[in-house]
Amino acid sequence: MNAGKQPTLEVEDLRTHFFTKAGVVKAVDGVSFAVGQGEVLGLVGESGSGKSVTGFSILGLVDPPGRVVGGRILFKGEDLVPLGEDRMRALRGSRIAMIFQDPMMTLNPVLRVDTQMIEAILAHRKVSKAAAYDRARETLMRVGIASPDERLRSYPHQFSGGMRQRVAIAIALLNEPDLIIADEPTTALDVTIQAQILYEAQKLCRETGTALIWITHDLTVVAGLADRICVMYAGRDVEQGTVDQVLDHPLHPYTHGLIGSVPSRNRRGARLQQIPGMTPSLLNLAPGCAFRSRCPRATDRCEAEPTVTMRGDGRRVRCFNPVDADVSA
Amino acid sequence: MSVFIIRRLLQSLGVIFVMSMIVFFGVNVVGNPVDILASDDMTQEQIQAFVARLGLDRPIYEQYWYFVLNALRGDLGNSFVFAEPALKLILQRLPATLELALASMFLSVVIGIPLGIYAGLRPEARSSKVIMASSILGFSLPTFWVGLMFIMVFAVMLGWLPSTGRGDTTELLGIQVSFLTWDGLQHLLLPAINLALFKMSLVIRLARAGTREVALQDYVKFARAKGLSARRVVLVHIMKNIMIPVVTVLGLELGGVIAFSVVTETVFAWPGIGKLLIDSIQLLDRPVVVAYLIITVLMFILINLVVDILYSVLDPRVRLKDVKS
Repeated sequence: MNAGKQPTLEVEDLRTHFFTKAGVVKAVDGVSFAVGQGEVLGLVGESGSGKSVTGFSILGLVDPPGRVVGGRILFKGEDLVPLGEDRMRALRGSRIAMIFQDPMMTLNPVLRVDTQMIEAILAHRKVSKAAAYDRARETLMRVGIASPDERLRSYPHQFSGGMRQRVAIAIALLNEPDLIIADEPTTALDVTIQAQILYEAQKLCRETGTALIWITHDLTVVAGLADRICVMYAGRDVEQGTVDQVLDHPLHPYTHGLIGSVPSRNRRGARLQQIPGMTPSLLNLAPGCAFRSRCPRATDRCEAEPTVTMRGDGRRVRCFNPVDADVSA
Repeated sequence: MSVFIIRRLLQSLGVIFVMSMIVFFGVNVVGNPVDILASDDMTQEQIQAFVARLGLDRPIYEQYWYFVLNALRGDLGNSFVFAEPALKLILQRLPATLELALASMFLSVVIGIPLGIYAGLRPEARSSKVIMASSILGFSLPTFWVGLMFIMVFAVMLGWLPSTGRGDTTELLGIQVSFLTWDGLQHLLLPAINLALFKMSLVIRLARAGTREVALQDYVKFARAKGLSARRVVLVHIMKNIMIPVVTVLGLELGGVIAFSVVTETVFAWPGIGKLLIDSIQLLDRPVVVAYLIITVLMFILINLVVDILYSVLDPRVRLKDVKS
């Protein structure tokens, strides 16, 4: 992040809870991070750790029974949490765009691609339909789609998965947003297409200065793409730092376990480590560190809620017994 | 697509042929029209002359043969009772029934779809629950009873609307219609609502179920993430996706309504083909019954074809092709 400059997005202690009949599900329960211009933040965690809900909270798209109950979401200094629906709608798709996980499901099957692209422009700008069409055409070319005119006249089912995700990315880019939230956009794609899309996403951020939040469960994806990493576990951010810091010297035992479970060329033949146990249910989660039942370094202290420790090198960790400290401490 | 349509029409000819045979032989089994039509003071010779004039003295296969030959020339026989061509009788009455059917279809779509979408978007709201409960009533109350209640409340007690007949008609493209005059519209309202209630309930439930399913889809959330107005998300992204089941059911219902709006037509003395059919069955007026059923089959075939074509308009993933066995 460029020091001194205001970050594009600053999330402070975000809490999004779902009030279900069975009880309160604290899907996001204390997450803070920031992402600056042209920067890529990797939001990493396993399924159910609250990554996607964090993304939807930023866009104000959390549906009942869910609700943002605490924290601040500062977009260029303006808090989005108390913002009304009209103002939020004006930001959505215009200043903040989102790309979804499953490209097969994100485009409306009964509307032509041109309809779906042009409406995204016309929702935010007073331009003619022809100008919007030209803009759509140009953006499709930018994401590497050949013969855009023909593609614009097609329906989504005539596209492959990778092509549909390119269209979704093009839609996100239409209004040149300041922030793009990408929710596991490459998970459903095969590895070659994944690599192309990652490369292009990175290039776009560098060129346009768009801030990018890349939500994923795949550490290898963020390793090549992100500048900074925020690791989430059970609705909380447990560790943050630059890619090199976090991946080379993880501080939180969870991050440590995650990295140990990724196959690597250096440890050929050795058994992969696994994290014992299961992700806890977020329904009526017991107080204290949510990871302690699976943690090899857990002590009695972990029954209390660990607070975030700021390290001198800009790293943050939410743990009483980080990996580089003595267990006896 | 044109190949599809041509093939479908050829198949329809086969259906009509088989159908005509079943109907023709079928009605000949039921009763003897001579018993009803011949007056008591006729002599035996007069009765025989009468039978010969109607062609009923010939063997049945011969009667059918002449029926087919005439039908190919557009003549479906003369009514025993009115001594007029059966087709003409039906076509005279058809506009009244079509008008009633289309009016009720229009009401059920225009009222049913918005209510259904509303209930689907807010499943927990009290108003949605009221809508759904009313739709159960619409389903389960018998049409004739609702019709009688309508007449009692709106025609007898309140005196707001007339209870019988078509009222003033005007000519539109050579067809007599009621809905263009104020008096005709008043006459049309009660029977149309009566006939629409069942379909409206059906549409409400289909639209609600569709909306609840579609509203959870990623593409709806994506549409919202694009910053589209709620209005556009509902009216374009959701509505276009829920129309397919609605069109299917309405297509089937339209055929049913045209062919069998007998109850409503009887209750409101609406001069349509439903009433003609009941009268003809009672009088054993065979040619009219046969002609009526053949026209009904034609109508069903036509409506189904239109529904199939509408599918491909509504859902681009549906392409009309010949299915080779």
